Amino acid sequence: MATPQSTVEGAAPRVPLFYDPRVRGIAYQVLVFAGLIALIYWIIGNTTANLQRANIASGFDFLQGRAGFDIGDSLVEFSSDSTYGRALFVGFLNTLRVAIVGIITATIIGFIIGIGRLSKNWLINRICLVYVEVFRNIPPLLVIFFWYFGVLSVLPLPRESIDLPFGSYLNSRGLYFPRFLWGEGAWLVLVGLVLGIVFTFFVRRWAHRRQMATGEQFPVFWTSVALIGGLPLLAFVVTGLPLSFEFPELSTFNLRGGIQVRPEFLALYLALSFYTAAFIAEIVRAGVLGVSHGQSEAAQALGLRSSQSMRLVIIPQALRIIIPPLTSQYLNLTKNSSLAVAIGYPDLVATGGTTLNQTGQAIEVVAIWLVVYLGLSLGTAGLMNWYNARMALVER
Amino acid sequence: MQEHDLSFVRAEMVANQAPPVSDHGPVSWLRKNLFANVTDTIFTILGIALIVMIVPPVIQWAFIDAQWTGADRSVCATVVQGGTQPEGWSGACWAFVDAKFQQFMFGRYPVDERWRVYLTGFLFVALLTPLLIPGVPRKGLNAILLFVVFPIVGFVLLSGGVFGLRPVPTPLWGGLLVTLVLAYVGIAVSFPLGILLALGRRSQMPVVKLVCVVFIETIRGVPLITILFMASVMLPLFLPPGTSFDKLLRALVGVALFASAYMAEVIRGGLQAIPKGQYEGADALGLSFWKKMNLVVLPQAIKLVIPGIVNTFIGLFKDTSLVYIIGMFDLLGAVRQNFADANWASPQTPITGLVFAGFVFWLFCFGMSRYSIFMERRLDTGHKR
Repeated sequence: MATPQSTVEGAAPRVPLFYDPRVRGIAYQVLVFAGLIALIYWIIGNTTANLQRANIASGFDFLQGRAGFDIGDSLVEFSSDSTYGRALFVGFLNTLRVAIVGIITATIIGFIIGIGRLSKNWLINRICLVYVEVFRNIPPLLVIFFWYFGVLSVLPLPRESIDLPFGSYLNSRGLYFPRFLWGEGAWLVLVGLVLGIVFTFFVRRWAHRRQMATGEQFPVFWTSVALIGGLPLLAFVVTGLPLSFEFPELSTFNLRGGIQVRPEFLALYLALSFYTAAFIAEIVRAGVLGVSHGQSEAAQALGLRSSQSMRLVIIPQALRIIIPPLTSQYLNLTKNSSLAVAIGYPDLVATGGTTLNQTGQAIEVVAIWLVVYLGLSLGTAGLMNWYNARMALVER
Repeated sequence: MQEHDLSFVRAEMVANQAPPVSDHGPVSWLRKNLFANVTDTIFTILGIALIVMIVPPVIQWAFIDAQWTGADRSVCATVVQGGTQPEGWSGACWAFVDAKFQQFMFGRYPVDERWRVYLTGFLFVALLTPLLIPGVPRKGLNAILLFVVFPIVGFVLLSGGVFGLRPVPTPLWGGLLVTLVLAYVGIAVSFPLGILLALGRRSQMPVVKLVCVVFIETIRGVPLITILFMASVMLPLFLPPGTSFDKLLRALVGVALFASAYMAEVIRGGLQAIPKGQYEGADALGLSFWKKMNLVVLPQAIKLVIPGIVNTFIGLFKDTSLVYIIGMFDLLGAVRQNFADANWASPQTPITGLVFAGFVFWLFCFGMSRYSIFMERRLDTGHKR
């Protein structure tokens, strides 16, 4: 602690050493530090003794060992002959997958519900309120169980699959989509998409500059839609529709072909989206309410239509309030994806848990968890902070 | 006397007239709130359609077609599934909840000894209620009883082993009992620990600050499950060889540490909102650090962040359900465990059990959030302008 410098000339009152805040501060810190060192020393001593007794060699060599377990849902090649390291990597990819699609869906549902909570329509308002109050007050694990055991596992067997549009099927083994089979020249479609995005970027810049200079507006939104949607479509038609579908087909016991989305993934994805959406809705509502009433009145006074005032005046300001808590909800969703272990979706915690049980390398596995989740947290936080800084109020 | 008295003074009041129908009464309410314009009308119709789609089937399922009593799965399964219900039947299997209710509440706690749980629960309610009602005096004594005396009494009562009480080891505990024990201990530990961590994080002593920052950020950065795994796998490694460590206690340590990191951040927010003048004023009065905090800063800071604190409590209450993953049977775990009971397994059993568990969790969490709103209004001493 900083002590104020005595400005009185001459004899400063003699303070006993014990009462000198600076001395005290140092003494406390030394005590804390010593205690911490002693604790760590004691823990390390115990741990090495325990590990020796259990015959576990510490270190990350076990990652090279043969895993010996199978993972049903994997984005990359994996078999029981693969290594533990690869198993953890598969788990990591699965965590990322569910987190990313979950975040997107939760944001969409959350914004819809949040705007609904602000609606002057009494009925819509109440429906959204009920949604929020129900999902905020039950544990996420229960929502996951609800989807998994309550809804998805009582769906009919593959033989009696529910037909969905576009040749998709839903049954107790999951959701089946047709697979896209891209033919010759399909890469041109991708090129069209990239070109569309690049052109849009330039058109936006040009339109913004022109509006700043002359005040003339340019229909940027529709031009963007035309560019981003039109160019790939043009490429698609020019190359002669190089797309066919592989539809899932019923065989004796199961559906063959197509893309299968497993019920574990579906349950986790739906539960995380619905659960987090309730929190995002409250954040959105608070954000919009946080924009002072004068702003919308001023927008009206300028003659903006209500949709314009929402888009140009309210939302940009509300985003400033919304983004920081939204970031922490995204992080929560990512962390809650670890609940996957309860229904057997092979995410990082589940594959890590299996590894831990098989090898006994508790410290190493937990260390990997810590590093990965902290990394994800810092990554998401960094990204959102960058966005937040862009949206932040620029004061003169 | 006046001769030309042409002025008119009304001597009696005209009776009040009813406000025009256009801005009063149910019709005007409907017009304003449901059918204000075309878009509104469309949304209202969509909303009604949604309600019609969801509510009647749910009522049909939960009440009309539900089975309230029964001895085993046959009442809740269709003929094809080996039961007595007609084909295509779908209804809640409340008979399952009825049959397993005791398990959902107490787990495998011995039946003869359940009076001890009741007594503990009664003591808890008896101590908590006066603490929650603002008008009741002697809050200090009450808090000491609830947070110092009650844990000891409750522990002795529940686990037994002294005073001639039969020992009941914690693996036998389960259901709502475990949920409430975890939540109570989590709240009772995380609140003071969170305050200490928050003060530590704002301390000017670099070592203390560093320790607190590292602790808080590490715990907040990882999911609770990894903390629970850590508590259940790594704690035994950290302790001297041969120390056995109760499983419930491990979960308690995990939950409490996790919650205190979140609590610390909430309270730090409150501490930051207190103007510097308050700190300086307390310093000028010559108060010591702890007196300054206890008498001046914390009462204001905590009042500011009551919503955040209660949100943390609610989060903690919901998070207790995760102990199922490390092999303990709290309310949700007990429900989940009983799906597998061959006597009751049917397509309707899981969803009924989950709806029941969800309702219990919802009641507690909703109650907490309403109480926090009430407290917030009461303590609002008018800093708002």
